[in-house]
Amino acid sequence: MNRIDELFKQKKERILSIYFTAGFPQLDDTVSIMEAIQAAGANIIEIGVPYSDPIADGPTIQESNNQALKNGMTLKVLFEQLKGFRERIHIPVILMGYLNPVVQYGMEAFCKTCKEVGIDGLILPDLPMQQYLTEYKHTFDAYDLRNTFLISPQTSEARIRQIDQHTDGFIYMVSSASITGAKKEVSPEQIAYFERVKAMNLKNPRLIGFGISDKPSFQTAAAHSHGAIIGSAFINVLRESTNLKEDIQEYIQGILA
Amino acid sequence: MERAMIKVDENGFYGQFGGAFIPEMLYPNIEELRENYEAIMATPAFRQEFDSLLKDYVGRPTPLFLAQRLSEKYGAKIYLKREDLCHTGAHKINNTVGQIILAKKLNKKRIIAETGAGQHGVATATVCALMGMECTVYMGAVDMERQKPNVERMRILGAKVVPANSGSKTLKDATNEAMRQWINNPVDTHYIIGSVVGPHPYPEMVARFQSVISEEMKWQLQEKEGRENPDLVIACVGGGSNAAGSFYHYYNEPSVRLIAVEAAGMGITSGRSAATTTLGKPGILHGSKTLLMQTDDGQVVEPHSISAGLDYPGIGPVHAHLFDSGRGEFVAVEDEHAMQSGIEVSRLEGIIPAIESAHAFSALNQIHYEPTDVIVINLSGRGDKDLETYIKWGNY
Ligand SMILES: Cc1ncc(COP(=O)(O)O)c(C=O)c1O
Repeated sequence: MNRIDELFKQKKERILSIYFTAGFPQLDDTVSIMEAIQAAGANIIEIGVPYSDPIADGPTIQESNNQALKNGMTLKVLFEQLKGFRERIHIPVILMGYLNPVVQYGMEAFCKTCKEVGIDGLILPDLPMQQYLTEYKHTFDAYDLRNTFLISPQTSEARIRQIDQHTDGFIYMVSSASITGAKKEVSPEQIAYFERVKAMNLKNPRLIGFGISDKPSFQTAAAHSHGAIIGSAFINVLRESTNLKEDIQEYIQGILA
Repeated sequence: MERAMIKVDENGFYGQFGGAFIPEMLYPNIEELRENYEAIMATPAFRQEFDSLLKDYVGRPTPLFLAQRLSEKYGAKIYLKREDLCHTGAHKINNTVGQIILAKKLNKKRIIAETGAGQHGVATATVCALMGMECTVYMGAVDMERQKPNVERMRILGAKVVPANSGSKTLKDATNEAMRQWINNPVDTHYIIGSVVGPHPYPEMVARFQSVISEEMKWQLQEKEGRENPDLVIACVGGGSNAAGSFYHYYNEPSVRLIAVEAAGMGITSGRSAATTTLGKPGILHGSKTLLMQTDDGQVVEPHSISAGLDYPGIGPVHAHLFDSGRGEFVAVEDEHAMQSGIEVSRLEGIIPAIESAHAFSALNQIHYEPTDVIVINLSGRGDKDLETYIKWGNY
């Protein structure tokens, strides 16, 4: 069974997914960061594939993308690093990235390599649903890769229903009308939106991401969904860290405590 | 010869190029535009306001000027389409007038825009002042430096100019920043894209607003030459809006050669170039599939051109299709040659062209044509904004 399906079957609440940019802070940190995320008790790992023009990302992730590219990260290098990671990591791992590097690699070759190294799902924010359905879905399915679409507070109910129908794994609820970036608080409008979507009784579980940064915001998000995704705030921890393993442990346990 | 029909399909594709590759957060914005723009543009109220502003505010129709001395020098009959005489000094305002009326009809309260040379930023700030709308323009920090007068023009007009500090700090990065700010302000804000780039429906919508250029060319040529069609139309391509506008009514007239002129920068093989059709491969940037300068890994390569308006690693999807289908002929002009042509046009015709437009003139040295040919060069803008670059270059 796909590890994403398995996770959501067993765990219905307070799921924590951690995003980081591959190749940041150092080129070869990728797998040790994954190990530390798992050891600290997070449930899903999202590996960001760096891109030169990340239009949905705020300054923190723009900067980690730049640094990773400067360090020499490419999809080829990433797949090389990921060879054999399944010997040590058993939680679901998702690749998240913009479409162009994937298309240059070749969608079929990309999905095949994902499957070979042990990736469970993909998030490609600028892949339109229509293109996915007509061109790529059969490839995703052939390699047992779950595809997650995003929704935002502006997404219409009809569109959410459509997305729910064509997503597998989980729905990524963008927490507000915003690019990525750590924020301080969750507003009443956001909670109303979380509840509105919850009441739709979608077939997919929902994780809330963008702007989730600490224990209170994680708890609030998790109270209205199946869990949350932390990205920029985690990248900030990595950037400041002098001991990755310890700092990751401390940060994630602080969220889950 | 059978030549491809140039037409956009319902999903925004020209052949294999175009589409709307956008994060879901922008889907409602794009959908709102896609569903409404054609209907709004078709209303008499829109047409009337658009036409009257183009006439009385922009100063259209712009003249079609027979450039005698240039014609003598190059041995063909060369006309200049004088977009440099538009209010604010370039063709960019044709599009901003159209989009601001559209934004009002969609009840938007704020306008954002990206700019490279600053011409589109100025044209946007201008129509925002005219309509009393709040305006923020994103501009690469490098471009703010090399197009200082335009930064101050925007500020005088009441716009806020925000530097884009990521990547190459030029047009591509300004566009990224504008898209991010649109994600952050999805409801009350309209994004006025300045060229035939971005997700569907922008490329086609901008081309339609600019198509007034070739619409006028047709009747002006009829008056002057007794025929609507020239033998060649030449235009520079950054994103490609002045080219799309001057080609638009000739796309499906196979006897008209469409010459698109890109910036070769310091030379195509120098690593400091913006010659997208030569150096690019199909890829996805700013919401559309197009030809794109990129690494094997799919990272966008930072372009270079002496002209800020051509300093872009992609081209509009319609131009990628013109290239791919063979309907368009693509030429790349180096910085040095463009500057020489800029001076030449100044001396021969008493017109200092924008450095973008100077690239179009320089193509005359690279293409073949007959002495009997009627050539229209789209003079997309005037050189006032480029004085500092001309002065720095110095060879005049
Ligand atoms: C005078 C002039 N011409 C051409 C361009 C290039 O844009 P496009 O290719 O969209 O016409 C610019 C852009 O700023 C410009 O200012």
